[in-house]
Amino acid sequence: MTSDVDEFRLALFEAGLLAPTSTAGVYHRSFAFEGIVRGVESFVSAAGQDAPRRQLYLSPLLDSSALAASGFLLSFPNLVGVLTSFTRPEQDLPELINRVESGGDWAEMLSPDGLALVGAACHPLYPSLAGSEVPEEGLLYQVQAVCHRHEPSDDPARMQSFSQHEFVFVGCEAGALAHRDMWLERGVQLLEQLGLSVETVPANDPFFGRVGKLMKASQRDKAAKFELVAPISSASPGAVTSGNFHGDHFGTAYDISLSGGGPAHSACIGFGLERITLALLHLHGLDIASWPAPVRSHLHLAL
Amino acid sequence: MSGSETVIREVLEANGRLPVSALTLSDDDDLYQQGLTSHASVNVMLALEDAFDVEFPDVLLRRDTFKSVAAIRSALTSLGVDPESSDRVS
Repeated sequence: MTSDVDEFRLALFEAGLLAPTSTAGVYHRSFAFEGIVRGVESFVSAAGQDAPRRQLYLSPLLDSSALAASGFLLSFPNLVGVLTSFTRPEQDLPELINRVESGGDWAEMLSPDGLALVGAACHPLYPSLAGSEVPEEGLLYQVQAVCHRHEPSDDPARMQSFSQHEFVFVGCEAGALAHRDMWLERGVQLLEQLGLSVETVPANDPFFGRVGKLMKASQRDKAAKFELVAPISSASPGAVTSGNFHGDHFGTAYDISLSGGGPAHSACIGFGLERITLALLHLHGLDIASWPAPVRSHLHLAL
Repeated sequence: MSGSETVIREVLEANGRLPVSALTLSDDDDLYQQGLTSHASVNVMLALEDAFDVEFPDVLLRRDTFKSVAAIRSALTSLGVDPESSDRVS
């Protein structure tokens, strides 16, 4: 029996919006699919023009030392992606050739090259502020990055490569909390304008393993994370946007201090561009030309 | 100071990465306010399990369980640890 998720995935393939690859959770996209993704980006981005924000498309490659410094490696060891390359002397090349030609384990001949794939769009931002002092009223950013999480799945809502569009605050604690809460409300309004019925729910990050349960409970106790959920690839709601209060986690990890003393606090809201795109396709149908005119207009899709 | 409490403080001292000595804290001092981070609390949890040969069930995997020496002692007692016993299992 095929599930709703399987049916939706196959329908996306049949409509030519996504194309499968040999790897679960990795897809090629049609220009039409990417057109919606960019429409959502543009729509969300416009809402951030109310204040001066530094705007950056952050590199999808991160110095792998930042994985350890940020705590991401220990919290989500199963989700990280680290790049490797051939860094051995040339005399080891015949062994590599031998392994490739014989179908042996050639990956073993490669070594980490100091780069990791970004796991969340704002992660490369904090190392760039390391050792600096930020004003109490905070620094405002609008950033986007292509992210990777190693979680192979047949659910198109769980891609291994996806884009997060984030609004980030780095400054005092009260400012960080206010930033997250204001953007959660604004996020609901934006998504509702696209026709989505979203709900704001307390949430936790997918911390790894049994000890991760303690981390999840701790995050929920602190009411640090909220998600805006809507049906994405089935009737069951999933997160399309998340609002996170980091406390002084990144401020402490990267020695980012407040002008008035003490570590900086931070918060972010991340819009999952592909998940919002999928939620729209799930709601309005795969025939984009028949979507409601206001939605097409918000997303700058040809009328 | 009861037997289990001494072990709890030793575990905190070794694994809590607190800026103050766990041996001098009061029973009810809030460990998080004293600087216990989420990652360090995980290390404390694992070390306590090792020291008392217990396993914290899901229901106790909460922030509150590790918020003070008294809270930890109470959680351990609920798992059958005799508060007067100082026998470390390992």
